[in-house]
Formats: sequence, C-alpha cells, structure tokens
Amino acid sequence: MSESSVLSIDNLRLEFPIYRGAVKALNGVTLRVEPREIVGVVGESGSGKSVTAMAVMRLLVPGSYQVTGGSARFLGQDLLAASERTMLGLRGTQVAMIFQEPMTALNPTRRVGEQMVEVIRRHRRLGRSQARDEAVALLRDMHVADPGRIQQSYPFELSGGMRQRVMLALAFSCRPQLLIADEPTTALDVTVQRQVLLLMREKAREKNAAVLFITHDMAVVSQFCDRVYVMYAGAVVEDGPTAEVMAAPRHPYTIALLQALPDRVASRGAIAAIPGSVPDLTQLPAGCAFASRCPWVREACRTRPPMVPLDAGGRRHAACWAVQDEVGR
Amino acid sequence: MSGEPLMTLHDLQVRFPVGKDWLGRTNEQVHALNGVDLDIREGETLGVVGESGCGKTTLAQVLIGLVEPSGGRIRRRDGEGRPGPGRMQIVFQDPQSSLDPRLPVWRIIAEPLMIQRRGLGRAELRRAAAEAAAQVEIPADYLDRFPHEFSGGQRQRIAIARALISQPEVILLDEPTSALDISVQAQILNLLNELQRRRSLTFILISHNVSVVRHMSDRVAVMYLGQIVELGPTEAVLGAPRHPYTALLLESLPRLGVPVAGEVLANGTELPSNRILPSGCFFRDRCPLAQAGCERPQVLQPRPGAGPEHAVRCHLKVT
Repeated sequence: MSESSVLSIDNLRLEFPIYRGAVKALNGVTLRVEPREIVGVVGESGSGKSVTAMAVMRLLVPGSYQVTGGSARFLGQDLLAASERTMLGLRGTQVAMIFQEPMTALNPTRRVGEQMVEVIRRHRRLGRSQARDEAVALLRDMHVADPGRIQQSYPFELSGGMRQRVMLALAFSCRPQLLIADEPTTALDVTVQRQVLLLMREKAREKNAAVLFITHDMAVVSQFCDRVYVMYAGAVVEDGPTAEVMAAPRHPYTIALLQALPDRVASRGAIAAIPGSVPDLTQLPAGCAFASRCPWVREACRTRPPMVPLDAGGRRHAACWAVQDEVGR
Repeated sequence: MSGEPLMTLHDLQVRFPVGKDWLGRTNEQVHALNGVDLDIREGETLGVVGESGCGKTTLAQVLIGLVEPSGGRIRRRDGEGRPGPGRMQIVFQDPQSSLDPRLPVWRIIAEPLMIQRRGLGRAELRRAAAEAAAQVEIPADYLDRFPHEFSGGQRQRIAIARALISQPEVILLDEPTSALDISVQAQILNLLNELQRRRSLTFILISHNVSVVRHMSDRVAVMYLGQIVELGPTEAVLGAPRHPYTALLLESLPRLGVPVAGEVLANGTELPSNRILPSGCFFRDRCPLAQAGCERPQVLQPRPGAGPEHAVRCHLKVT
C-alpha cells in the first residue's frame, strides 16, 4: 500500500439502500494498481467490477449509495473524502475512463471533431485551431488513416471500432496516469476487439499510463493484463500475476470459472458447470459467499475468509479457508 | 444423420428497403442475405458463426417466418416452403425480453400448444407444461411464478421448455447463451446437448461465440456479409480454415494464456457496408491474399484437397 501506487483500494465496502434493506454491492474490495501496470478485474455480472470503478471515481449517483467502510486512494490522495472540485480536476486529466458503448459517450448531434476540440480545450489552454490540429494529431496517433474524414463525421456514421478509437484518443489526450477501461470491447466484434486492445496496450505503455481493465472475458485478461483480480459477489477472491493465476488458479471459484469455458472440453462433452447461481446481494450469507456452490465447503466457511498470501513474495492471494489450510500445511 | 436433408435453402435472399424517393419508390436497400445455400440434416447441430451484421439473425428470422425472403426458396423433405406451425421453434438471446412478464410460467411454456392445438383444456395444458418444465429441470411447484422471479439461466430454461412443448423437429437457437454468465452458459450448453441426445432434435445454433459453436456443432457455416463463405464439418472448418475470412476470425479470437503480439492496423478492419454491395468477392477489400481473379463473384464450392463436405467461397488455393 505504498504511496507509489497509482490506485490503492483498501477493504472498500459499499451498499445501495433499497426498500427495507440494502444491496451489498461491495464487501471488502482490496486492489492496487502500480505505475505502468495493466491490471485486470474479472468477474461475472453483479460481481462488483464496475461499481468499484464508478465508486472510486465518484461517478455513482450521490445519495443512491453508502460507503460503509474502507478507503480508495489515487497517488496517495483520498478519493472518497475529496471535494467534488478536486474530483473534477482529476477526472479526464489524471484519470481517464472509457466505457463499453462508445456511442453513448459521444454526443450524437455533433460532429466528432467539434466534440474532441471541446474536450481538449476543457483540459488544456489551447486556441480553437490549435485544438483542432491537436485532435488530428491524436487521431493519427491512434493509427487512424484519415483523421480529417473522421472529424467531419457524426458518431453514428462511424463503426464501433472507430468510435472506440476516438474515445481512446481523448482518454490519452491529457497524458493520464491511470486509464480505467470498463468492458471497452464487449460491444465489438472479435476482429475489431483485438485491434482496439492492441492499441490500448501500445498507447498505455508508450505514454506510461497504468490501466485498470474491467472485463468478464478470462481469455482477454490472460492476453492483455500483467496482474488480475478475480471478483465474486462484491469481493476479490483471488489475485496474482495473470499467467500464474490462469495456469494454476487456487480459489475454487477461479478454478470453476476456468473449467466452465467450453474451449477446454471435448466437443459435446459435459462442461463442468458451476452449480446454482450467484447469491442475492440483498441477502448475503455471513460466511464465504461462494460456499453454497463450492465443492470444498467446510465448517470454517461459516465465517468470511480473509485474503491471505499464497507465496513468499506476496504476489498471489486468495480468500478461501480450504486453500489456507493447504498453504499452512 | 443420413439420407435426404430435412430442409434445403437455395439462393436465399433478403433485402430491406431503407430509403425512398419522393414518389415512394425504394431507392436504397440493406442487403441482409445475398444468396444463402444450405442444407439442414436430421439430428445434427448446425452452427452458424459470423460477426454482427453478417446476416445470422436475418437467416433465423427467415427460417422461423418473421421475415419473408426477397428471393430464393426453401425446400423441405416433405414439401415446399417453411416448416409448418410447431415443427420449428426458436430460443432467443435475451430471456428477459422474450418471456411475457405478465404471464405465469406455465402459460408461457404452454402457449405454443394453446395456439396450435386449440381446444385443449387447462388441466391438459398445465400437465404438458409441467412435463416440458421437468425436462429443463424447472420444478413443477415453480409453474405459477412469473418470469421476474427467476434468474437469467432459469429464464433461458423456460424459453427452451416453451420451444420443446410442441414437439418440433428443429430448434433454432439464436445466441442462446450470449446474455448469460460463463458459469450459467455451461449449464445451458450441457442441457441442450442432453436434450438433443434424448430426443434426437435438430439444432441450428446461431452465435458469434466461436467457442460455443465449436463445442456444440457437427457442421459449421461461417457467414460474411450475407453469404456463407465456408461450410463443413466443425473440426475441418475451425481446425484448418480454408477461407481467409475464417482464418482472420479464428486468429482474432482471444485465447486463454496465449500472448498476443501484432501490429495495430490502420482502418480497414471493418465490415463493408451492406447498402451497396462490393463487386466480386465480398471479402476482397480486407483480404490479405487478394489478387487477380478476386474481382469476380465467388461461388461456394467443394475445395479440392479438403473433404467432400467442405465447401469454400474462394478461388485461391490456400491451405
């Protein structure tokens, strides 16, 4: 949890109050992003991946949620206590975000060029024509062959891949230290997805930005992330260097998730599906949230397992009593 | 899996009018299907893969009768045209929107029977619904609940039960697991495989997810811009692709633990517009191997050297 971490989230808990109760969306999320690192957050829907990102950037609707514990810091600065003014200075400048559907992030009634100029001038002291030149340069930097035509277009005239390139150009325009990418390619086809991800990685490395990459796709994580956090029911259950986690997962959920992919099974063979379904976040069990679906369930699972280191270097962690027993032995 | 195919599609075409001039005459069209030739064999799972906009869903809509073809014809083993009512059923992508939120589950499941076999009593319908529900492992005491009380995976089971109840020959699965999480997807795929074994059903599985199609299908058709560019046994098409588009598609798939290198390409990774069709081979503009001869329209034909079942819409001798 050193000051040098770009982003450090510590035991973050958050809930959305509803009629008679609360949706416990985050139940102790701890994660770190170091400078220049690409960190994946993977999990199924409802696991809290996006809420984590939205909460630390304070983009959730004020009043709709309640932080019930924990902290989040960006370069040592407390994000949960910061004033809205401070956050405005941070968003887009030091922390950039891109989302799943670039169509909704762009204004459909205005040309792409005008929108880019507006964003650039919002963050940097540039004249209108300088900003226009900068926009062209940014697009060219994203390997867009004809920036002029793109700038003259309306968002609906561009393909999904091109819109996401525009978003990446804007995201990198202020040289952010952190890029939060929330399912940036889920709406895209695979041939385009690969291009956008290669571009994101190339530019992040080139501009020394760290990336927090949120996705549900294990394969994508394995190809593009240095480290990965696996989330389940609002908590991190396992983390570590991506290659190690994918090759030798330790938490029963991670193991089950990888086995549930159809790629690893003989054609038509039965896939090892995870029995049951994700727990209701309004009625979370007191103990381990995965216990009801876990093959290794035991008495200890009635209390919540903490994240414990699995190796001497402290690079891998898992939150599971069974794994802990094994490591202890 | 032998004998005459259940159904044969011949040069199927669909065009949607999108623009009209001041006299109301159509002057712009979307070419959704541009000559699809395909046979559907009894008891098989035929996978149809392709990227968005390639015409997969339009193909499903033509087969089920939601869209009239603009050209071409469908021939059945026992006649002409689409299968009769109840002979073919469909499972849609999103069970949230394909189930009526105001009907109890047993009514949803029994609806095809209510329409096709009028005069069935309430008790009979309920019994049939309970039977279909049991096959997809929905307990009988859930039958009076409403769709919102079920999880995504259970809703998709209900949609499958509804498809099963009229004892169809063919079930069209249009992206049946795309809206589901991985752990639930596995449950549904297992269920579909088991149902097929038990009831010798024919599946047409439409998906953009190559892993799912690879796992489930006997044969695969790869679509691009409203045409089938490659068709054949699953291992052949996805194991040793002969069409450059299939090769590109497979190469782009994210694969677990396989590092990716490669250059970021400038533009040119996008599907061409289906308003004005390209001349010659539809894939020519994106094809790394394009050369003389590609300006002629290509036909889907068996490829010498590949198996007799393996057809490719490309004149190049790619291995």
